[in-house]
Amino acid sequence: MTAPLLETRALCRSFGALTAARDIDFRLEAGARHALIGPNGAGKTTFINLLTGVIAPTSGAILLKGRNITSVGQAQRVKLGIARTFQINRLFRRLSVLENVYLAVAERVGAAPSMFQPAGTRRDVIEESMRLLDTLKLAPHASRRVWELPYGRQRLVELAIALGLKPEVLLLDEPAAGVPSAESHIILDAIDTLPRDIGVLIIDHDMDLVFRFAERITVLVSGAVFATGSPREIGADPNVRAVYLGQAARG
Amino acid sequence: MTPTKSPWADHPAAVALAGRHRLRAWEPIPWILALAFYFVFPTYLGFGTELLITILFAVSLDLVLGYAGIVTLGQAAFFGAGAYTVGILAKRGIWNEPITGLVLAAAVAAAIGLGSGLVLLRTGGLTLLMLTLCTMALLEEAANLAHDYTGGFDGLDSLPIAPLLGRFEFNPLYPTTQYLYVLVVLFVCFVFVRTLVYSPFGQSLTGIRENTLRMHAVGAPVRGRLVLCYALSAAIAGVAGGIWAQANAYVNLGTLGLDRAATVLIILVLGGYGRLYGAFVGAIAYMALSHFLSKLYPTAWQLGLGLLLVVIALFARNGILGIAELGLRWLRRPRPKP
Repeated sequence: MTAPLLETRALCRSFGALTAARDIDFRLEAGARHALIGPNGAGKTTFINLLTGVIAPTSGAILLKGRNITSVGQAQRVKLGIARTFQINRLFRRLSVLENVYLAVAERVGAAPSMFQPAGTRRDVIEESMRLLDTLKLAPHASRRVWELPYGRQRLVELAIALGLKPEVLLLDEPAAGVPSAESHIILDAIDTLPRDIGVLIIDHDMDLVFRFAERITVLVSGAVFATGSPREIGADPNVRAVYLGQAARG
Repeated sequence: MTPTKSPWADHPAAVALAGRHRLRAWEPIPWILALAFYFVFPTYLGFGTELLITILFAVSLDLVLGYAGIVTLGQAAFFGAGAYTVGILAKRGIWNEPITGLVLAAAVAAAIGLGSGLVLLRTGGLTLLMLTLCTMALLEEAANLAHDYTGGFDGLDSLPIAPLLGRFEFNPLYPTTQYLYVLVVLFVCFVFVRTLVYSPFGQSLTGIRENTLRMHAVGAPVRGRLVLCYALSAAIAGVAGGIWAQANAYVNLGTLGLDRAATVLIILVLGGYGRLYGAFVGAIAYMALSHFLSKLYPTAWQLGLGLLLVVIALFARNGILGIAELGLRWLRRPRPKP
């Protein structure tokens, strides 16, 4: 059996007395469409931060294609193919949409450290950034400053920056959060058309989005894996309904 | 087979980014004016030299503050390091050739920038502001205590700087050599900084300024970039300090003081930071204002400057250049057809 794309083994993280991640055993397969759900404070974003190396685990291991990357730094993990988006936009607000993506692409292709060549002469980076913006239907807005865009489009730029890194693992932290429902279809469409070879892990509260998108769902409660299964299994699981879906349906 | 043209090369965003570094039509103007100043005001060349050095110093600050977003109040540490490098080497008779002297000044300042940057740039915000201030204060006190080398409070005067290129004497009364020398050095350093900020490296510094967290998440070695930028900026500040010592033939503790660090910050805020030419506009505005205000109201002229700064901070965050850009945009605004 081949190693999964991304795997965690008994991953733990505590903040003082609070255990935000408790013995998480998790597998993300190549090309997967996997969703991570759970009530507020279940430790979903902590889990993403652990996977991307923003915070270090208290114990346990993270493996990428069988290689232990637990002690690999954040920047290096990006180079190995793990990219993420943020729950709250983390964009280069005063730069143009094109420049936002340029930064990510330049970093990936190794153009970013160069000091004596104008950024504009890297036509390859500009070209690739524009093509990427086009696939997300952002090309008409490429000249605009990011802060001038409506929030839904800003969320797309958030996605574009991550895709500019050509990841093998893409972690989407509530990609549609804060987007007015009139605009949310552009996010959903973009997620539907993500390249099939990327393993995607999506965190969201929006059950419509999760059940439309995911082929596999993991439920996280109080920092621990509560259940994992196909959407059908999770949807039918009475325990999951009790801790999470029931709550969501009520509130 | 001819290479097919990219379908995106003509997109306005791509055109803007691809041509961003090109020389604008107005860019030679400040340099022509600076050269004209030499011929028109031969009696004010001392003032002119001081102004050009201040611009050079402000350009060094613009690189860290305006582009990389490193908030520092200790930039004079590097100015002073450069000035004392030139001063001590000349006074002790070790080295007094001006151009290589500047290279040494830059190297010493860059080394201090690298060393302190490695420690300081782990922090940010107010902590960083205070730590840069502390570094500068430590250096100032060290210079004060190391009396045997630095002359302590009195500083080092009558520095025996060798003639430039072996031919042109530095005459403190008729600073013609100094003015042209400083102008050339400013030009070289400015071209360096301009190249840097329009490069992918400079673009990534802007990215760090705009969103440090995101730069981490796109895999950028953020701290390494910041430290490198800090050291390069320190080197330029060191050149400014070194050339100041050469032009005036003396060094004193004032080169390391908070006064100098705060003044250059005011100049950059006044002119507009992160804009390259903000240093020019700010330095001229500051010098002109302090000249007129001190004539108008000799006892409390700084009050006027303070009020102006408050107004800039409240209503024009991008300084004088920012106001000019707004004005230009207003003039070019699309008008409704009659």
